[in-house]
Amino acid sequence: MSLMTPSSTLMGFVHRRRRGAELFLLILALAVGVGGYAAVGIGVDGSVPTDLIGYGGWLAALVVAAHIVIRLVAPYADPVLLPLVAALNGLGLAVIHRIDLGYAARGKETDFAQQQLVWMTLGVLLFIGALTILRDHRVLARFTYTIGFGAIALLLLPMVPGIGRTINGARIWINIGPFSLQPGEVAKVMLVVAFAGYLVLHRDALALAGKRVLFVDLPRGRDLGPILVMWLLSLGVLVFQRDLGSSLLFFGLFLVMLYVATERPGWIVVGTTLFAAGALGAWKTASHVQDRVDIWLHPMEYYRAQVPPYSDQIVEAEFGMGWGGLIGRGFGEGDPTRVTYAESDFIIAAIGEELGLTAVIAVLLCYGLIVERALRVALISRDSFGKLMATGLASVFAVQVFVVIGGVTRLIPLTGLTTPFLSYGGSSLVANWVIIALLLRISDQARRPVPDLSTEEESSDDESTQVIKL
Amino acid sequence: MNRPIRTVAVFCLVLFLALMANATYLQFWRAGALDEDPRNQRVQQASYSSERGAILVGRTPVAQSTPSDDRFEYQREYPQPLMYAPLTGYFTFGDSTGLESSQNAVLSGEDPQFFVRNLVDLVSNEQQSGGSVELTINAKAQRAAFDGLNALGEGVEGSVVALEPDTGKILAMVSLPTFDPNDLASHDFGAVGDAYDALDADDGDPLLNRAIQTRIFPGSTFKVITAAAALESGKYDSADSLVPGGATFQLPQTSGESGVIDNEGRNCGSGEITLRLAMEQSCNTTFAQLAIEVGAEAMLETAEKFGFNSDYLEDLNGQARSVFPGKLSPPELGQAGFGQFDVQATPLQMAMVSAAIANAGVVMRPYVVSEVQSPDYDARNAEPEELSEAISPQTADVLADLMVSTVDNGTASPAAIPNIAVGGKTGTAQRGIEGAAPYAWFISFAPATDSKVAVAVMIEEAPGREIAGGALGGPIAKAVMEAIIS
Repeated sequence: MSLMTPSSTLMGFVHRRRRGAELFLLILALAVGVGGYAAVGIGVDGSVPTDLIGYGGWLAALVVAAHIVIRLVAPYADPVLLPLVAALNGLGLAVIHRIDLGYAARGKETDFAQQQLVWMTLGVLLFIGALTILRDHRVLARFTYTIGFGAIALLLLPMVPGIGRTINGARIWINIGPFSLQPGEVAKVMLVVAFAGYLVLHRDALALAGKRVLFVDLPRGRDLGPILVMWLLSLGVLVFQRDLGSSLLFFGLFLVMLYVATERPGWIVVGTTLFAAGALGAWKTASHVQDRVDIWLHPMEYYRAQVPPYSDQIVEAEFGMGWGGLIGRGFGEGDPTRVTYAESDFIIAAIGEELGLTAVIAVLLCYGLIVERALRVALISRDSFGKLMATGLASVFAVQVFVVIGGVTRLIPLTGLTTPFLSYGGSSLVANWVIIALLLRISDQARRPVPDLSTEEESSDDESTQVIKL
Repeated sequence: MNRPIRTVAVFCLVLFLALMANATYLQFWRAGALDEDPRNQRVQQASYSSERGAILVGRTPVAQSTPSDDRFEYQREYPQPLMYAPLTGYFTFGDSTGLESSQNAVLSGEDPQFFVRNLVDLVSNEQQSGGSVELTINAKAQRAAFDGLNALGEGVEGSVVALEPDTGKILAMVSLPTFDPNDLASHDFGAVGDAYDALDADDGDPLLNRAIQTRIFPGSTFKVITAAAALESGKYDSADSLVPGGATFQLPQTSGESGVIDNEGRNCGSGEITLRLAMEQSCNTTFAQLAIEVGAEAMLETAEKFGFNSDYLEDLNGQARSVFPGKLSPPELGQAGFGQFDVQATPLQMAMVSAAIANAGVVMRPYVVSEVQSPDYDARNAEPEELSEAISPQTADVLADLMVSTVDNGTASPAAIPNIAVGGKTGTAQRGIEGAAPYAWFISFAPATDSKVAVAVMIEEAPGREIAGGALGGPIAKAVMEAIIS
């Protein structure tokens, strides 16, 4: 304690490890996952699934392994994130299993839940790998451009003839052997890292004020380059891959990180203007964007339409969620497979139908807590790179949840994105486990007692040490 | 960098609050409207394949769900289809009528009173099942009414309604022609469509519940209301008060044949006669003059107290309002006095008039659901409800006396039951179309004191029969009353 820096003293306390709390919360999370799986069996088939022990054991082994690795390599990491993620992933598996059974009742054999469990295993392995190999997140800052170009390469991969595949109009898939992957899901994590590295270096220049319009300092014209590049990249994703959701996600992410790095609301003004222009342009020129907006505004008019566009998916989702009401129909009592892609993009509709508004709010609270914990990591992180990365990861998460759940519940036009940790989809699940690993690594660094006085990085960031914030 | 991070946190909070608010709006406020959307197959399929409660007459189901081995799990059945179809209605995929429609919340089990039970079902993972509905119908009276009306022969169109005067319970409700709801409840949707199209195209309108949905001129049965208005006016006070009579009456403001009212050959004296004789002989001339005497306003007021121009039936949907027009000119009022011009009534309405006279002038709200039972047999009884006090008990006494005389000595004699005082009134209403057969009506109650039953019979068409209220309706009313009293 004698080595404590003045600033950490002002922070009030040394963070405790709280690994016991994490273990307790993990048991609750496992109860959600295993209990959900059992409830699906009882609700749909009328009996507890015979493989419950094996399934529950596997799930428990995965999260306990993750927990032990955290104890070993990141003992100060945030104790709430892993249990939240385990609960969501477990619930997602149960609901996907339910939907498998629903498809089976309609004579369509699927094994989404089994595949998802395999992907979850891979996700946890990557999570463990990332935490073990990456002992200090700042190492990543060295590879800013490599990672950035890697992300762009991944984004372009689906455009390559031969391996690229178009599903439902969006060209965002690649085929490698028996697997279909969405490289965009991995690219979004890499983009966060690349943005963070880039912005840490260039934030001072980008923060220089230009013209002042209506109390807002706009950035200088010559600094607009990066944002224009990002804008074009997002538009490219929208136009060439016809992927509205990812396009919105990438640009929103960049905007938020730029704003946080520079502390200039002016960037938000510029970015929002660019976004509005891009969205308007897309709406004017691209018929699939117009269809999405029309369906969003008047879904009933396109329900069971004779010719495309159809709104059956969103209308059935609304019917299902409305039918579920406050407490839901119960597993097996609803009809979630009426909604196409109930196991992936529309999984929240299946949850709303069978588990009700109560579960939807609970899921949203879990997501909200993940974002809150991530932003807390950003606040207490001692280095700018960590702050930016944590903010970026939190934003990716928040925007993705908003875009997909908002789309399904018709708050905003529907865009295709997966619901993190819940939706069936390997790329997304694996990428999200890596996001959590990165957040835990940053939080471990941030919460760890400061070993010595050499905190040059921190001195560059004087605001985190301001007394008035406490 | 912490200030913008905090801003981002607030922004994220707003995003999540928006999601939660929107989900709540969707799943709570809009849920009802979404469930009721006719295109919502989810709700329809679930209700179609759930175990629906039974509709009971006594302990006998007239509609019930039995397990079926196809994809809908349960099949709706109607054991006595033709007799009860106007009451039960039908229950087909996405559509229902009659009690199947009006009592759907109970039958499907979605009624809020089952909330706790449904919660228990949800937790214990039982499928929700419906409550049953027990009717006020008296099986014997229903049978008597149905057989009596059916006996008039092929092509008969008409209806019988019987009420318990002091409660408003509907004891019998029959409408012909009828249909077989089993044909519409089939899981073979193609056959259901064909059956429905055939019923819909039928000139006899078999899907109509004539008891509550057909309103026609009540004819002479309306004279009891005119008499009620005259007695209530204070100018007359007993069955033997002298009222205007005569063989013919020239309506005011008219001249020539078309404005002359006669009594179709019945003897109504000349000058003044007793009210009793006027009712016994169903004197048009008397009641035209009485209606003009009491005035349009008093006539309207009396008719409305009996239930004209209003909705009162809550247990079944689609009740037609009986009509007594406002602002009648004197010649129109004269015709309205004996149930012509624009006066129109449903069989249920005329049964209520008869029941009110038998119940000291008090009109009870008619109801057909006597008891609602949850799937665990928790019962909740319906309470009789007073609708209005149409006339004073004295007026009711005089009217009852008049109607008993009409059965004993007058046109309503076919309804007479040995050793029991029965009150009745016939009606034979002109359609106002040259050459068309009139409508036959008969209203009655028995016994005259402490009445147990009031009946209205209406016959729109009876091919091959001479239409006359007393001859056609009287025996049916008698049979129904006997079924209740004995």
